[in-house]
Amino acid sequence: MIVLQTIGAAALAMAIGLLFMGIGRIVTARLQRRVGPPVWQCYIDVVKCFSRKSTSHHFVMDLGSIMGLAGLVAAAMFMPVAGWLPLQSTGPLLVILYLMPIGYLGMAMGVSASGNPLAAIGIGRALTMMVGYEVPFAILLLGLVATFGTSSLVALNQLQAGGLLAWNAVRMPFGFVAALIALQAMLAEKPFDAMIAPAEIASGPMVELGGKFLGLAFLQHSVAIFIETGLVVNMFLGGATSIWIFFVKQLVLYTIVMAFNGIYARYRVEQATRFLWIFAGSLAFVQLVINVLK
Amino acid sequence: MSELLEISREEIIDGKWERILNFFRSRSLWMLYYCTGCGAVELPPTMTSRFDMERFGIGPMATPRQADILLVTGYVSVKTLKRIIRTYEQMPEPKWVVGFGSCPIDGGIYWNSYATINHLEKYIPVDLSLGGCMPRPQAVIDGFTKLMKLIEKGEAVGYKKYRLNHDWYKRNQREVLERTEPVLGPPAKGQARAFARDVESVELSHISGSGGEK
Repeated sequence: MIVLQTIGAAALAMAIGLLFMGIGRIVTARLQRRVGPPVWQCYIDVVKCFSRKSTSHHFVMDLGSIMGLAGLVAAAMFMPVAGWLPLQSTGPLLVILYLMPIGYLGMAMGVSASGNPLAAIGIGRALTMMVGYEVPFAILLLGLVATFGTSSLVALNQLQAGGLLAWNAVRMPFGFVAALIALQAMLAEKPFDAMIAPAEIASGPMVELGGKFLGLAFLQHSVAIFIETGLVVNMFLGGATSIWIFFVKQLVLYTIVMAFNGIYARYRVEQATRFLWIFAGSLAFVQLVINVLK
Repeated sequence: MSELLEISREEIIDGKWERILNFFRSRSLWMLYYCTGCGAVELPPTMTSRFDMERFGIGPMATPRQADILLVTGYVSVKTLKRIIRTYEQMPEPKWVVGFGSCPIDGGIYWNSYATINHLEKYIPVDLSLGGCMPRPQAVIDGFTKLMKLIEKGEAVGYKKYRLNHDWYKRNQREVLERTEPVLGPPAKGQARAFARDVESVELSHISGSGGEK
């Protein structure tokens, strides 16, 4: 039973992530006054990617790609979706934060093994950006944990029960804005997409990924969307009472991210890190001080 | 050994399981455009808001590993041919080539240039050619929908032809690419060629490997 639940939850995270990616492409297209692809385009893309032959450059490349997906799927196992968890736990925040970088580091290991210099540049930028958004995000989380005295997402959900005014997004507006900025950087959307930069470093980490590797990268991004929007929903938007409300809240967050993605240009990586530390970091810090004073 | 193989239609067309996958392949075409020719200017209007190629799931990709279609946009000089072949061989199968404009078909207005090749399909298998100088975005989209139908029926099999006739393609490529004397010298001793007026002899001079000195 628990095996089925685990597999089901992983499949659900991928399916929701891919659906959101399709909706995000339509949002971008509408902002550019285009029609855009059908909603199910990303499912077609993934099936097509897995139907192609692929070139592996090293054993580590295979291993890293699998590890990248596995780390994020493992993190998704501890994400409460409207109070429901695939594995018996209380939604431990620190475990999720610990498992998520395994995914990114697996990806980094895999694409570095491909030996392409552009991939190495992309990975260097991605890890620099990670330093950029992890600092404000860590301040936020520590603030939440210190204020409420719990690191369980289920408990955080219950603390925010009782309507809009009980949400942390309303009670801690500065922290919420900082979380939105960090979310934009976590999902690697503009203006924080210096690691992808197709016209500059030929899509960075993905440069040597073809066929099945690209399919795995797609799935990894879809799970990342699910986890990262889910984290913010659980921490700031009060979780949800039913699974559909949870997805709608995630979708609203992702649509905001994609709307900003559609209208901004790209920061260089050092500009992005500076922006994240100075603005998102100071907003998070202000929130922390306010919480302590209260 | 290096003759073009006679292959029957049944031998080369995709089977049933492949045809299910072809449904997905035809609806998600990622292209890599080789922008050395003038055809590249027709692609931005095809991709952006007026004609919006992404409606069909067609979009640009950054590297050969990720791409399904190789667009050769315009004339192909001998130097770029080498890169095109290298790019084509880096793409994972299944892969398709679209010749864009009249230059990859028959040389176009550069038919008698010493620096260009006239028939792209001698060097890599072309699945679809879009005529015109240049084809307008309507023609490009029309061509892509045609290619999607061909892929879905499993009839766009250029990459299989390349695999089966590898020797033939390699011989043709070598004949052009190993013509390595520089344009301005060393002077050929008594080998000056008369200007060849008709297409056939220009082509012969290209293929025979002695360089087309005018």
